[in-house]
Amino acid sequence: MTWTNAVIQGVFLGGFYALLACGLSLMFGLMRIVNLAHGDIAVLGAYLITVVLDHWGVSPFIGFVAVLPIMLALGYLLQRVILERSLRSGVLVPLLTTFGLAIVIQNLLLEKFSPDVRSLGGDAGWITTASWQITNQVSIPAIGALALVVAIATLGGLQLYLSRTPSGRRMRATAQDPDTAELVGIDSRSVYAWGTAIAVGTAALAGMFLAMRSTFDPYAGSTQLIFAFEAVVIGGLGSLWGTLVGGIVLGVSQTIGAQIDPQYSVLAGDLVFLAVLASPRGGIFRARLAS
Amino acid sequence: MSSLLSVQGLEARHGLLPAVRGVSFEVTDGETVALVGANGAGKTTLLRTIAGAHKSAAGQIRFDGDDITRVRAHDRLRRGIALVPEGRRLFPDLTVEENLLVAARPDRKGQWTLDTVLEAFPLLKPLRGRRAATLSGGEQQATAIGRALISNPRLLLLDEVSLGLAPIAVEAVYRSLTTLIEGGTTIVLVEQDLKRATSVASRVICMLEGRLVLEGGSELTREQITEAYFGLRKAPT
Repeated sequence: MTWTNAVIQGVFLGGFYALLACGLSLMFGLMRIVNLAHGDIAVLGAYLITVVLDHWGVSPFIGFVAVLPIMLALGYLLQRVILERSLRSGVLVPLLTTFGLAIVIQNLLLEKFSPDVRSLGGDAGWITTASWQITNQVSIPAIGALALVVAIATLGGLQLYLSRTPSGRRMRATAQDPDTAELVGIDSRSVYAWGTAIAVGTAALAGMFLAMRSTFDPYAGSTQLIFAFEAVVIGGLGSLWGTLVGGIVLGVSQTIGAQIDPQYSVLAGDLVFLAVLASPRGGIFRARLAS
Repeated sequence: MSSLLSVQGLEARHGLLPAVRGVSFEVTDGETVALVGANGAGKTTLLRTIAGAHKSAAGQIRFDGDDITRVRAHDRLRRGIALVPEGRRLFPDLTVEENLLVAARPDRKGQWTLDTVLEAFPLLKPLRGRRAATLSGGEQQATAIGRALISNPRLLLLDEVSLGLAPIAVEAVYRSLTTLIEGGTTIVLVEQDLKRATSVASRVICMLEGRLVLEGGSELTREQITEAYFGLRKAPT
């Protein structure tokens, strides 16, 4: 793999990370919650898609469409039943709550689906193996390109929703000042619940891509959470477009690290994350969901 | 005239510290009531408790005959209670227009729309695309009042609308208030400036250390209000 190809592969890998991180970014921007169960929710989405595929033998994309309403409802209920109570108890309680939720999801998946490694690569057809050869040493993977396009469409759609629709406006107002939002007639609890529903829906979308481009098991969520968290921090906490840039920076760092030595792949991403975390700016983008 | 707002034995605390102690009063439809008192008298807490932004510890709040003591703030606005909070509390990263539209309630019909608010506050017209954080104090206050009006409230609660404003901005804000009062909007106004408060209000309520110490209409003299304001008049037992 040449350096140019490493950067190109990194950009496409970054698209997947951005998709994985956008729900995490949305929840942090809206409620200042770091959802430690986000990776496991993505894996849960992947497993639910496998259930649909096992029963009806459809493609993962149709499986995702079937699973999306369930995940949206799950997100809404998660906020209303669990996170809403923990939010009232300070900033640390939601962290502990989502940490506990992550363990519960992992163990439920283990109980239901066994520790066997699964993948949807075979069910997705040609797209998981196809690539466009640009030169002898540079190629574009179809699944990577699709993940990047879906990530841009998802983040762009979310940005349009937040800036152009009345409910998006209410979400931004609540993100800035929930107490005043209540005073102007906004039900902040309902806004939080819809925000969590959207975040869980995007996590399921990322889960589908995770399942198509690699293997997964009940414990795969923890690693995905770390990558998502790194993408969010590199891009700037709570900034949607920053999440895309953060994901791409992380992806490129990992593929360049792997180009030097395959062992350095994850380490290179972690070093970039630590460098951004230690910098006074604290993220490439400073804008938040609120703006 | 029917009672629009009825507050009975209301108590509110900041932690363990009582801020409002057994306050009772009524506001009739179309009335303008000035709530006066020194710093720490409990005026802002009382107003925030009526709006639902602060929890009451005891007592009852009735609005248009309904008990709203346990109703959440956003639902109180839907019923017609709007608060212009102390310090304006605009959404700083939203534009002026977005700050106004975010409070608009299509389910509450009335004269106030985006266009009529901009007509009432012409200084906001050229600023509608500007972020609220970049506005001057007077422009922010006009936006805050407009944001409360666009929900077409039946009861408008105004907390220290002149605080921190240049005299010329205070004049403009009070001119717009006079228009609102003449239009029949029911208003409860918290104000430190006794002269201004009494100039627009039809009734004055004076608070001291969380208690209501004086209540009356035009029969009250400036001396009586000043005595109550500074605690020279004993609270009714």
